[in-house]
Amino acid sequence: MSSTYVATPEVDAGKTPPAGSDRSRAEGRLAAKLVAPAVIVMLVVTAFPILRALWLSFYSYSLTAPDDREFVGLSNYITALTDSLFWRDIGVTVLYMLVTVAIELVIGFIFAMVMHRVIFARGVIRTSILIPYGIITVVSGFAWQFAFTYQNGFVNGWLPFIDEQFNWFGDTTPAVIAIMVSEIWKTTPFMSLLLLAGLAQVSEDMIEAAKVDGATWWQRLWKVILPNMRAAIMVAVLFRALDAYRIFDNIYVMTAGAVGTESISFLTYRQTIEQFQLGMGSALAVLLFLSVLLVAFLIVKLFRVDLAQARGE
Amino acid sequence: MKQKIGLVLGVALVMLWCLLPIAWILSLSFKSQDAVSNGTDPGFLPLDSFTGWDNYTAVWDDEQFRRSILNSLGISLIATLLSVILATLAAYAIARLEFRGKKFVLTVALAIAMFPVVSLVSPLFDLWRTIGLYDTWPGLIIPYMSFTLPLAIWTLSAFFREIPWEMEQAAQVDGATSWQAFRKVIVPLAAPGVFTAAILTFFFAWNDFVFGITLTSTENARPIPAALSFFVGPDPFQRPAGLLAAAAVIATIPIVVIVLLFQRKIVAGLTSGAVKG
Repeated sequence: MSSTYVATPEVDAGKTPPAGSDRSRAEGRLAAKLVAPAVIVMLVVTAFPILRALWLSFYSYSLTAPDDREFVGLSNYITALTDSLFWRDIGVTVLYMLVTVAIELVIGFIFAMVMHRVIFARGVIRTSILIPYGIITVVSGFAWQFAFTYQNGFVNGWLPFIDEQFNWFGDTTPAVIAIMVSEIWKTTPFMSLLLLAGLAQVSEDMIEAAKVDGATWWQRLWKVILPNMRAAIMVAVLFRALDAYRIFDNIYVMTAGAVGTESISFLTYRQTIEQFQLGMGSALAVLLFLSVLLVAFLIVKLFRVDLAQARGE
Repeated sequence: MKQKIGLVLGVALVMLWCLLPIAWILSLSFKSQDAVSNGTDPGFLPLDSFTGWDNYTAVWDDEQFRRSILNSLGISLIATLLSVILATLAAYAIARLEFRGKKFVLTVALAIAMFPVVSLVSPLFDLWRTIGLYDTWPGLIIPYMSFTLPLAIWTLSAFFREIPWEMEQAAQVDGATSWQAFRKVIVPLAAPGVFTAAILTFFFAWNDFVFGITLTSTENARPIPAALSFFVGPDPFQRPAGLLAAAAVIATIPIVVIVLLFQRKIVAGLTSGAVKG
């Protein structure tokens, strides 16, 4: 299937009308009309709230005492950045991201190899792998939470090295592991579908040639297959990492942020929606946004991803 | 031969991975409430505590639950329809026309796609209450549109690039206007792409949780994921597992139906939208 989507040369190349001509002006007007509605809707829900969050973040403002709103400058930011809770949540969030993406990359690649090679039951496998992708995260969170609880779950009974009465949600490490399991289960299929598209683009001829030259399976994987699907791997890692960094649903459902499982998204949510601290919450929202940008920047730098190219733009 | 065994094992592994939690939640939904909360039937299957359809009828009798299903269906379908129309127009312009600001549109879309939703909800909560959109259908439809437009625009521009545009020029030579050429020639060819974008948008809207819990307060607009989390009160450790599982199974049915019907298109859309190298 993906072979039909091999990049084609820029369709517009060579036929762009000269700038300033009637035709180009008409084209510009048409384009503006076509693009404007989408851009406006995207900006309504993002631009205004971002500016408002930025503005509110300089105030001490609580919904429970709206009349006491007071300009406090950078004080909210200083409070957040000097609080150990903020840094613990950043640490936990980064841990969620690194561990889940690393595991998903390995398992997702194995799944992609299976899907790529398999001839029988193709439809059945592809249908099954879309189920975790499509299922509501809240539902999968519930399923895994019940699976891990010792009163009624099956996990303790199935793991021979775990005590029957072991409480996964009693301490940070096991609770974080349980949340990660749910997250990994839900999003590995997405990763494997992106990798499958990358695999489909590796030429069979090259793999055959390497085989003829006597390369082992392991050598073919590292020297031929993986380097040739670099772009697909990068895009998959980038998208999953940004998603994992914003983790919220699974934590909300499985522990409600208890025993140190809280992510930075969850902290922001708790401050604004549960505790009505709009000023402090806005500062956290801005910090969350800046840290997402930083993560994106680091990954792009690290992998030298050319997103524009990967997107075929 | 060895390879074949490996493949069969691989397939079994993939299937087990995908379906085990589904089987588990199905099993929970048939266990009796008592057995689950007292832990008298802790195994995987509902052996001692099978209750038939009791949990399902109990959930379905809950007026609020039925209402949230209706909310989710209505809101997701409207958001999908509107989002796909706007994305189709924009993607056509991006794939096809030369204009200033093309980079800007793509950058905005990219920035929004990686935006942390939680950063937006409190100002949006404030704004929606001021202008009366809080706890209404449009109050969720608009955010869903904003967040699905980037994905829809990318997926669709990827599809639109594959269309042989000479056909459209031929139509124009025959006297059709740009608009007519677009509607009569391109729209039918682009239909599969539009369809894919629609499915992905529907998945997003159906799955959303953060907007659902923050921008609604009653059954007026509360969608199913939010309703599931409120179904049981605030304590995450004492939940009516059987009822919740039955509700979760019902909420999963639309997704399973879509997956079964459009499996091919979803895979093609996901992969072509995201990876073109």
